[in-house]
Amino acid sequence: MSTHHHHEQDFLFKYIFSTDHKMISKQFLITGFIMGFIGMIMSTLFRLQLGWPGESFWIVDKLLGSWAENGVMAPDKYLALVTMHGTIMVFFLLTAGLSGTFSNLLIPLQIGARDMASGFLNMLSYWFFFVSSVIMLISLGVEGGAASAGWTIYPPLSALPQAIPGSGLGMTLWLISMAIFIISSLLGSLNYVVTILNLRTKGMTMTRMPLTVWAFLFTALIGIVSFPVLLSAAILLIFDRSFGTSFYLSDIFIGGQVLEYSGGSPILFEHLFWFLGHPEVYIVLLPSLGITSEIISTMSRKPIFGYRAMIGSMLAIAFLSTIVWGHHMFVTGMNPFLGAVFTFTTLLIAIPSAVKVFNYLTTLWKGNIKFSPATLFSIGLVSTFISGGLTGLILGDSALDINVHDTYFVVGHFHIVMGLSAVFGMFAGVYHWFPKLFGRMMDNKIGSIHFWITIVCSYGVFFPMHFLGLAGVPRRYYTNSEFPLFENLIDINVVISTFAIVIAFGQLLFLYNFLYSALRGPKAPQNPWDSNSLEWTTPVEHIHGNWPGEIPEVHRWPYDYSKVDESGEFVGGNDFIPQTTPLFQNEKNEKH
Amino acid sequence: MMIILVSVTVLLIVISVAQILKIAELSAVSRGEKVYHISEKENKLQAILMLVFLVFYFSFFAWQYLKWGKYMLPISASEHGVGIDNLMNVTWALIIPVFIITHILLFWFAFKYSFNKNRKAIFFAHSNKLELIWTLLPSLALTVLILYGLNNWNKIMTPVNPEKEHVLIEVVGQQFSWGARYAGADGKLGRANVNFIEGANFMGVDSTDKNANDDIIVKGEFHVPVNVPVQFIFRSNDVIHSAYMPHFRAQMNCVPGIKTHFNFVPIITTAEMKKITKNDKFDYLLLCNKICGAAHYNMQMNIIVDTKEDYQKWLSSQKQFSQNN
Repeated sequence: MSTHHHHEQDFLFKYIFSTDHKMISKQFLITGFIMGFIGMIMSTLFRLQLGWPGESFWIVDKLLGSWAENGVMAPDKYLALVTMHGTIMVFFLLTAGLSGTFSNLLIPLQIGARDMASGFLNMLSYWFFFVSSVIMLISLGVEGGAASAGWTIYPPLSALPQAIPGSGLGMTLWLISMAIFIISSLLGSLNYVVTILNLRTKGMTMTRMPLTVWAFLFTALIGIVSFPVLLSAAILLIFDRSFGTSFYLSDIFIGGQVLEYSGGSPILFEHLFWFLGHPEVYIVLLPSLGITSEIISTMSRKPIFGYRAMIGSMLAIAFLSTIVWGHHMFVTGMNPFLGAVFTFTTLLIAIPSAVKVFNYLTTLWKGNIKFSPATLFSIGLVSTFISGGLTGLILGDSALDINVHDTYFVVGHFHIVMGLSAVFGMFAGVYHWFPKLFGRMMDNKIGSIHFWITIVCSYGVFFPMHFLGLAGVPRRYYTNSEFPLFENLIDINVVISTFAIVIAFGQLLFLYNFLYSALRGPKAPQNPWDSNSLEWTTPVEHIHGNWPGEIPEVHRWPYDYSKVDESGEFVGGNDFIPQTTPLFQNEKNEKH
Repeated sequence: MMIILVSVTVLLIVISVAQILKIAELSAVSRGEKVYHISEKENKLQAILMLVFLVFYFSFFAWQYLKWGKYMLPISASEHGVGIDNLMNVTWALIIPVFIITHILLFWFAFKYSFNKNRKAIFFAHSNKLELIWTLLPSLALTVLILYGLNNWNKIMTPVNPEKEHVLIEVVGQQFSWGARYAGADGKLGRANVNFIEGANFMGVDSTDKNANDDIIVKGEFHVPVNVPVQFIFRSNDVIHSAYMPHFRAQMNCVPGIKTHFNFVPIITTAEMKKITKNDKFDYLLLCNKICGAAHYNMQMNIIVDTKEDYQKWLSSQKQFSQNN
């Protein structure tokens, strides 16, 4: 790889069928954001129904058409919206959009590689993702409506069109889309792992890799372990739906007749689903934690505290995440002994999580913090990770879970700890690496306003949900005005929905900032944040192969910020020492 | 209409804010400032906002608690539920201080250590002692929580001793209603399966099974006696439902093809609970808590906790299965 030839490429291969990791990263980002905006609009629509049940809304009427007669959405279409919102946000925005964008952008740049191990597989990974996104969106328009059985698609509800209209063609397309999505995810993940293990530049030992790369590595590994299980679950469900098998179905009387399924068990599906479903939480979360580690360290001009502990806790989280899935099933009728085992493994996750939080706090302590929008979102992530993580101690405890299981308490918990944390990490990453993505800078002021609106409204939406849950309000209810029990709680829903509307509009600031800056923003300098890691040694304009000459050699870990010598002066004269800088004379070679 | 007006207004505000900031930025560029540079003034503002947010967040938390705290579920109406509530309170007592302390530290550090060009950040990369402390502390706290929790869980999940006095009730869910069946005088439920569902026999009870003759099937509401263990068996006719009885801290899924179990001892009668909640219309509810179709949000059944005498009176006024056929 000593020489690298440039040649002009035509439009099609430069922008569409690109095998360049930086272009693929942008493709993932933009597709992910489009899906994310669609998912957000869906949530705003069903929040209108929940806040003001039965009222007619012009916007609902316009956007949903036949799903909402006279501007009031039908109960089964409410479920379709909830299902599609969950699916889109979890998989399309926060799995492919987040991991696809930043793993692609940062892995080669931060480890010093010309590109991914296989550019072709990488391109396929994006295009499978694109096709699966298109199919998922098409499923919104088919007869019977989109899949409506919740994003967890438990059979028999998801298996029988008689049970809910969305389980017809909509569900078929959902399953096909997810199968393609899983192929995309696996191609991407395998590529990431191979690249990280094999293509590190000279001197880039594993323990000199930025925490982002470690996070992407663990994310990819969990994905490889768990996504195939979801694929098999989906294939068996396709068999049950279309070919008359009974993997998940037994003893069903519906629509006035007994169906001929016998011997299957929906619990089997739940096990298979959550074997992916829970690791998925960490597939979503770990990249954000990695991104935040990098940003908090860089922007507080301090080395990340406990680098090895951070890697160790991510490893522990990744491992534990594969053996806790049963905590979603405490009240499914699963053997209570298993419930006890899963309580034990689940609560153990709190230990590495706590270590991470304390390490973030210590990194900020006595730092010299510059508040870019990326810093703000990173601090926001630490807050949401704490706020949402703590209520996990309640849900992970089988005895306590009995009464809050499937209530709004769960909705509040996972939106804060997984949804908000991951989204905040994604925003932080976009603000921080925007100069690497588009060669231009985003606007800091709009960015900070965007942050404050987002964090205030996020808590405004999700914090009150804990109260709904503790009052016993089940999730996925079209309205809870049918119960005298809940009549005091109507104004909680009004508060939540109001914040939801404001936060949706708040994202327009981001959209504007993103689009304007990508096209017209001020040109970025090579290393705007005075950062140590390798990606800031590449030219601002994207070139194939990333570095014009030799790939630089690495001589130190990426967190030498504010390192001082005996006289109290900065080593090397700056408060940062890029990884490419060889050890100075008299500088101690420390292990971190 | 209000919504459209509000939306348009918010949209306009967003656009104008963005434009004003753009102008401010352009003028900064013309003064030769680096565009990505965050001025010290701007940085200080963000630092102060960190503290403002901390105050907002805690006040918002307190406001919600004062406003909605009183609408949470009343005291537990079941024996094991008291244990769950205690465990819950212990967990809150751990969670809330951690929440408050870590948030104060987070936002205080962010405020205190905001950028100052005359100060150097310290180079502090690791400390085995600190890391050991904050691995061990959560481990200890969790050991207590896990043991306490599992102790409760094992007690709750132990089935009712069939030799002792108890009531056996089978609850069946179907789109979108509930039915309950009592075992009757013989204490045995007759065989049941979806294949026997016909007309009024919505629970699919096998009429050739002698044990079924004295079974009692009810819809709309079911009664249980106070202070007697109730052993529930759950079934579903079609999709997965979940029998959620929040006041009793009880929940179990109803899964087609298998039978699931739960048991509890009601300790407060409906009449007593009406007094406790100061609400004449209060009723215990069984709700569906697993997405089951379009009318999932309205699949409910009342539960009446009677004194033993009232319960016997009610039960003897109900028709037996054999009388229906």
